[in-house]
Amino acid sequence: MQRVYTNIIQIAGDVITVEADSIGYMDIAEVTTSRGKSLAQVIRLDGKKVSLQVFAGSRGLSTGDKVRFLGHPMRVSSGENLLGRIFNGSGSPRDGGPALSENIVDIGSPSVNPVKRIVPDKMIRTGIPMIDIFNTLVVSQKLPIFSIAGEPYNELLARIATQAEVDVIILGGMGLKYDDYLFFRDTLQEHGALSRCIFFIHTAADPTVECLLVPDISLAVAEQFALNGKRVLVLLTDMTNFADALKEVSITMEQVPSNRGYPGDLYSQLAARYEKAVDFDTAGSITILAATTMPGDDVTHPVPDNTGYITEGQFYLKNGVIEPFGSLSRLKQQVNGKTRDDHRAIMDTMIQLFASYRETLEKQAMGFQMSNWDKKLLKYGRLFEDRMMSLEVNIPLEEALDEGWRIMGDCFTPEETGIKKAMIEKYWPKNGN
Amino acid sequence: MLTKRKGRVVKINGNMVSVEIETTVIQNEVAYIIHADERLKAEVIRVRGNRAETQVFESTTSLRVGDDVEFSDELLSVELGPGLLGQIFDGLQNPLPPLAAQHGFFLKRGIYLSALADEVEWEFTPAVKEGQVVRAGEKLGVVPEKIFKHAIMAPFYLRGPLEVVHIAKFGRYDLKHPIAKLKDNEGRLHEAYMKQSWPVKIPITAYAEKLKPTEPLVTKMRVIDSLFPVARGGTYCIPGPFGAGKTVLQQLTSRHAEIDVVIIAACGERAGEVVETLKTFPEITDPRTGKPLSDRTVIICNTSSMPVAARESSVYTAVTIAEYYRQMGLNVLLLADSTSRWAQAMREMSGRLEEIPGEEAFPAYLESRIASFYERAGLVKLYDGSLGSVTIGGTVSPAGGNFEEPVTQATLKVVGAFHGLSRERSDARRYPAIDPLISWTKYKSFIDEHKVERGHRILRKSNDVAQMMKVIGEEGTSLADYIDYLKGEFFDFVYLQQNAFDAVDEATQMERQKYIYDFIHNILESEFELEDKEKALHFFQSLRQLLRGWNSAAWKSKEFESIEKEISALLSSKSKENKEEK
Repeated sequence: MQRVYTNIIQIAGDVITVEADSIGYMDIAEVTTSRGKSLAQVIRLDGKKVSLQVFAGSRGLSTGDKVRFLGHPMRVSSGENLLGRIFNGSGSPRDGGPALSENIVDIGSPSVNPVKRIVPDKMIRTGIPMIDIFNTLVVSQKLPIFSIAGEPYNELLARIATQAEVDVIILGGMGLKYDDYLFFRDTLQEHGALSRCIFFIHTAADPTVECLLVPDISLAVAEQFALNGKRVLVLLTDMTNFADALKEVSITMEQVPSNRGYPGDLYSQLAARYEKAVDFDTAGSITILAATTMPGDDVTHPVPDNTGYITEGQFYLKNGVIEPFGSLSRLKQQVNGKTRDDHRAIMDTMIQLFASYRETLEKQAMGFQMSNWDKKLLKYGRLFEDRMMSLEVNIPLEEALDEGWRIMGDCFTPEETGIKKAMIEKYWPKNGN
Repeated sequence: MLTKRKGRVVKINGNMVSVEIETTVIQNEVAYIIHADERLKAEVIRVRGNRAETQVFESTTSLRVGDDVEFSDELLSVELGPGLLGQIFDGLQNPLPPLAAQHGFFLKRGIYLSALADEVEWEFTPAVKEGQVVRAGEKLGVVPEKIFKHAIMAPFYLRGPLEVVHIAKFGRYDLKHPIAKLKDNEGRLHEAYMKQSWPVKIPITAYAEKLKPTEPLVTKMRVIDSLFPVARGGTYCIPGPFGAGKTVLQQLTSRHAEIDVVIIAACGERAGEVVETLKTFPEITDPRTGKPLSDRTVIICNTSSMPVAARESSVYTAVTIAEYYRQMGLNVLLLADSTSRWAQAMREMSGRLEEIPGEEAFPAYLESRIASFYERAGLVKLYDGSLGSVTIGGTVSPAGGNFEEPVTQATLKVVGAFHGLSRERSDARRYPAIDPLISWTKYKSFIDEHKVERGHRILRKSNDVAQMMKVIGEEGTSLADYIDYLKGEFFDFVYLQQNAFDAVDEATQMERQKYIYDFIHNILESEFELEDKEKALHFFQSLRQLLRGWNSAAWKSKEFESIEKEISALLSSKSKENKEEK
C-alpha cells in the first residue's frame, strides 16, 4: 500500500505534519523535495494528522512537496553482502556500490527474552594492559568510553576493533568528523579488517536527525549476524550526538524536558540500544563499544549519567590514557579468574600501589617531605605509567602480567606488596631486589 | 454477559494511545488494541469525555488510527496460586521460560501466557469442614509447594462470613478444579479454586490488624544488621550513584537474608544482572533449607529495553505476589531494583499525557505513588493469630548521584531505614559502600543500643580528625586525636567492610556479629600504651590484618580460636591496664 500526499500542513524544526488516513505508527515515508529524496518516520498520529521527522532536515521543504508512505517501519538489508560496504545514516550506499535489498529486516526488534541469554564468560583480548589486566572486556559487554572532545577515543575504538578476535565489525558513526571517518576506514584497511567491516556513517556535515537511525540500523544488522552464530563487535561513536538529536526532536514536538533539555525517556532510549548487546544461548553474540563525550568533562551530565546506569562499566579516557580510577568493567570477575592464577593478585595489588602513588604525588605537591617509601612509590608510579598505562603499549595479557611482576620487582621487596607467599614464590622475578 | 465494549484508536504518541469510546469505561481497566492478528494489552489511565487514554504495555509500532480496541471489564491483575515459587515472570506476569520455549529468542509482542500452568495437579489437603464459617483470606486447605505448605485461601474479594457448603476431599486436583463452594450472607454461592486473581494496584487487606515491625531482619551484612538494621515488615531504600554497588548489595541480600520468600523485582535494569541471578540461583543451596535458593524466590523482570509501561506494573505485580505469600503467615522480602526506573516510567507517561510537570518533570503525584507503594509493606496479624510480613527494600538511582533529586527525597520520607551508598567509599573499594555518616534507621538492632551509639560516635570523630588532617597534616594532629582516627578506620575496615568474594566473610550470622561487635567495642573503649603516631599506626595495622584473617575463619573453628588468641595477646601487650577484660 503506497500512497502519495502533498498536503503538508505544518513544518516545525525537522518535523512535518501531513493529513493522511490509516498510517502505521513509526512507518517510513519518502519525502521528495526540489533538493532530492529523504526518508521520514512517523512519530505521532492524531486523528488524520500525521507528524513525521524528516531525516534530511526540513530546509528547503515546500508545503506542496510529495510524501509517499511506504507502509512499513524502517527496514534494512542484512547479511554477508554488506561486508566491506559503507552506507550513510539511513542505510543508502555512500561508497558508490549498488543498493542492497536482500534479507530485509525491521530495525528495532523486540528485546531478547532474558532466559535465552547466557552469563558472559569469554574474554576479548585487546593487547592493552589497562583493559586486559585491570578492566577486562568480555564478549557481549556493553561499554562506553567516557571522554572529552579532543581525546583519542576514536583511535582507541579503532585499535580495539583491529585487535579483537571477532567475526564482524560494524561501525556506527554519528556526527563523525569526515577526517575521523577516513581515519577509521584507512586504519581498518591497513590491518586487512575492512572485508569484515560494515560502516554506517553519519558525518557532522549531514543533517542532525539523520543520526537517529544509525544505532538501530547498525544493531539490527549485527543482530542478524549474531543469530547466525557470528561474534559481532559494534562500535558507536559518538552517542552524545545521538542523545542531542533526540533532544532536538523532542523539543520540536513540545515534549516537557526533564533534565538540561533532554527528554524524560532518555534512559529508555539509550537502554533500548545498549541492551542489544547479548550472548545468545546457542547462537552468536553482540558486543557494543561506544564513545560518549562528556560536555565539560562532567560525569553527572545527563548523557554519561544515564549511560553509566545502563552499561556494564566504562573506560574513562583522560589525558590520552585509560584512567584506572573511574574506569570499571562490571563483567571482569566473570573471566579474570580463569586466565592466569596471578591475574587478580596483579590487578588488585598494582592498583592499590598506584593509588598510594597518587597520594604521594599530592603530598609532594604540598611540599611534605618524601620518605623512603614515598620514593619507592614515585619510582613505581612512573614505571606503571610508562609500561602499563601508555596506550603505546601493545602486548598480550600474559606478557603484561610478567611486566607487572618486573615493575614491582624493580621497586619493592615482596613483603611490601602484600601479595600471598605462594604467589610470590611462583612469580616474583629472581633477579629483583 | 453483555457484548464486549469496544472503541477505536484516535491518537498514538509513543506508548500512549487514545481511544474513542461510546459506552462506559472503567479507570485502570485493561483494554486490548487489536492490530491484524495481534492483541496488545493496555491500561486505561485517564478518561476525558468520550476519550480514554491508555498506556500500552507493548511497542506501538505499526498501530493505526482506526484500529479496534476491546475493553475487558477487569483491572490489571495477577494470578495467585501454587507454582509461583521458582518462576521467572515479566512485568505482566508472563512466564518467561515457556515463552522462550514457544517463541524463541525474542519477546514477541502481544503474546500472553497463563502465569500458572492450569493442567498441573497439586495434592490438596482440606483444612476446613463443611458447615464451618470462614472469612476471605482464611485457609481452606494446603498443598505442598517446594519447601512450604502453600495455603489455599478463601477468595480475597469476598465479604462477610462465608459458610463452607462444599470442600474437596484429600486428593490431586488441577487449578481449574473447584475445591470449595462458599455461601455468603446473602445466600449467593461462590466457587473457590486453588488459584485466584487479584488487581495489582489494590493492596490485599484480608488480615486482622497491622502491627509495628520490631523483629530485626537478619541480612548477614554487618553494617546493616548492627548499625542500620531493618525490621521484618519494615521498609528501606538504597540510593547510590552508578557503580556504587546497589545491585550487588541486593543480590547478596537476596541470597543471605533470613526470610521465607524473596521476590526480586528487576525493574528497568540490565538484563545481564537478571540472567546472572536466574542462572546461578538454582545452583546455590540455601543453608536454612538445604534446597536451591530458586525454590524460595520469584523473579519479576522487566529489564530496561522491555516496554516502559510494563515497568510500572512490574513493581505492583511483585508486591501483590509478596502480599499473597504473607497471607500464609510467611515472612517475605521484596527487593525492587530500581524504583527510579519505575518513577521514570511514570514521568514518561505523564509527559505524554501533557500533565503539568513537577520538579525535574516528574509528575505531581510521584510522592503519593511512592508512599502508597512502600505502605504495602508491613507486619500483619492474620485471622488465625499467626504473623506474616512483607519487607520492602528498594534501590534508587539518583541522577548524577545527587540525593537531592525528587525520587530519593520522596522515598526518604516514607521508609524506615536509609542505606546511602557513596561514590567516595566505592572508589576507595570500601564495600559494601553504605556510608555510615549519612545513613540512618528507625529500627532497633540486636546489638546493645549504647554500644551501637559508641560505634557511630567513633566513626564521626574519626572522620572529623581525617578532615582536619587534610589541612594541618599529620604533624599538627595530637596523638589522642590520631588514635581516634585510627580506631574509626580500624572499625570501618574490619567490621563495616565485608568481602563479597570470601566464602566466610560474605555473610555473618547474628551470633557471630554480636560476639565480634562486643570484641571490637572493647578495643574501641580501651586505652593503649602507644608512644608515638608511627607506633600507633603500626599497632592498628597489625590488628587490622589479624581481624581480617579472623573474618575469613569459619565461626568457632580451630583457626578462629587461634587467631582470637593472637589478637588478645597483641592487645594485652599494649593495654594500659595490662589486664584485658574479655
